[in-house]
Amino acid sequence: MKLKSVPFAALSLCLALLAGCATVQTETKKFTDKVDPFEDLNRSTFAFNDKFDRSVFKPVAQFYSDITPGFVQTGIGNFFGNFNDVWTGVNSFLQGNIQDGFTDFMRVGVNSTFGFLGLLDIASEANIPKHRNDLGQTLGVWGVPNGPYLVLPLLGPSVTRDTAALPIDFYGDAFSYVRPISLRNTGEVVRLVDKRAGYLDSFNLMQDAALDEYIFVRDAYLQRIGSQIETRKNHKQLREDEADAQRQIEEEEAAKTTAPPVATPDQSATPKP
Amino acid sequence: MTLIKKITAMLAGLVLCSGLVHAADEAPDALIKRISQEVLDVAKTDKDIQAGDQQKVLNLVETKILPYVDFQRMTELAAARNWRNATPEQQVELVKQFKSLLIFTYSGALSQVKDQRLEYKPFRADPADTDVEVRSQVITPRAGQVIELNYRLGKGPDGWKIYDINVLGAWLIETYKGNFSAEISKSGIDGLIKALTEKNAKLAKNYAKKST
Repeated sequence: MKLKSVPFAALSLCLALLAGCATVQTETKKFTDKVDPFEDLNRSTFAFNDKFDRSVFKPVAQFYSDITPGFVQTGIGNFFGNFNDVWTGVNSFLQGNIQDGFTDFMRVGVNSTFGFLGLLDIASEANIPKHRNDLGQTLGVWGVPNGPYLVLPLLGPSVTRDTAALPIDFYGDAFSYVRPISLRNTGEVVRLVDKRAGYLDSFNLMQDAALDEYIFVRDAYLQRIGSQIETRKNHKQLREDEADAQRQIEEEEAAKTTAPPVATPDQSATPKP
Repeated sequence: MTLIKKITAMLAGLVLCSGLVHAADEAPDALIKRISQEVLDVAKTDKDIQAGDQQKVLNLVETKILPYVDFQRMTELAAARNWRNATPEQQVELVKQFKSLLIFTYSGALSQVKDQRLEYKPFRADPADTDVEVRSQVITPRAGQVIELNYRLGKGPDGWKIYDINVLGAWLIETYKGNFSAEISKSGIDGLIKALTEKNAKLAKNYAKKST
């Protein structure tokens, strides 16, 4: 809705048109056809991804998860997370969230130095919260609509807007500048495997819960990205909440240290608005 | 003697009453905190559950969580406008099957609990509200993974009850709506009931396998 400057406006206009042209002919059809006009194609990509996941990706991630000690996995996750934080910070600024932008770069600074090149996430320990932003999300915050739902080969659920932003996300990712190329590619594979390993359990859960997994994943995904964009739009409110929560925790801890084992009345847990 | 007996009975009654009043008066956020904590404590410490005893997880969910969930309302919301087209018998069966699917899924999530920690966001509500949202997040030790976990609760005659859960920004009922309407448009309400029943039978079989 609020476009900050002309190049951004032009860029989002292009993407909006791109997203728009695919939805025109489906007006008469049902609601699901509006958000997912390419359902047939998406379903076959989804089936392919599922097959690939079962036969290659998941077993590899499971193996990785079995042989790698927990602290090493955490280190690997932190290491790549540190690269993510750079692009997240850029996008925080683009979304007009100056405070998040500064804390994101502060995280990179702290973790790259005291955290041994990002292997330790000291910043989270120090209560500098981690965020996850990408360009697709930023465009969403600027008011660019999702466009049709897309399932990308290997990468999974996406929407047209985010897919269009993906190449720029790749160039914005600091890790993509690591050379030689072979090292970068190996790193990207490890990064993906580590990410998949983090979702081993939740994927199983999703398969248990769904009657039609394709629809279940799609509807959950679209809700999720929608709510992420809404949250970013309301980031001011969010920060106030965080400050409130911090104060509440401090008060509770203060209360705990001053009055130890006396019966804890439940009513006191309700903060007065 | 009888006087003392009477007094003790009266006292006991008083204590009991105050306990009941307290339970009905429990604020929604306090309720969520209490039952989550109770369940997490057991799930983390119980050796059988840690070893993968699914039956025990099911029992835990049934005793601690079920009394505070409004499955009737959840099913009505997930079926949306199709609910009114269902016969009373179909409605009963639908609630029954959806309830059992949700219990299986929730138990599955619970049996994966290891070293997660819960945090609650500040709760804003007016005392007169009958519909509120309690927001929390699950912190996992893995590379700053934070899972949003929010609840919607409605106030009924017997206190607050959960009727929707939000995981990572997606509401459960909203997500099931698509699944429900797809099954119904394919093969009617009976088709949906059949799909749910088959799903549950499959999950029950998996549970039995893991428990032995």
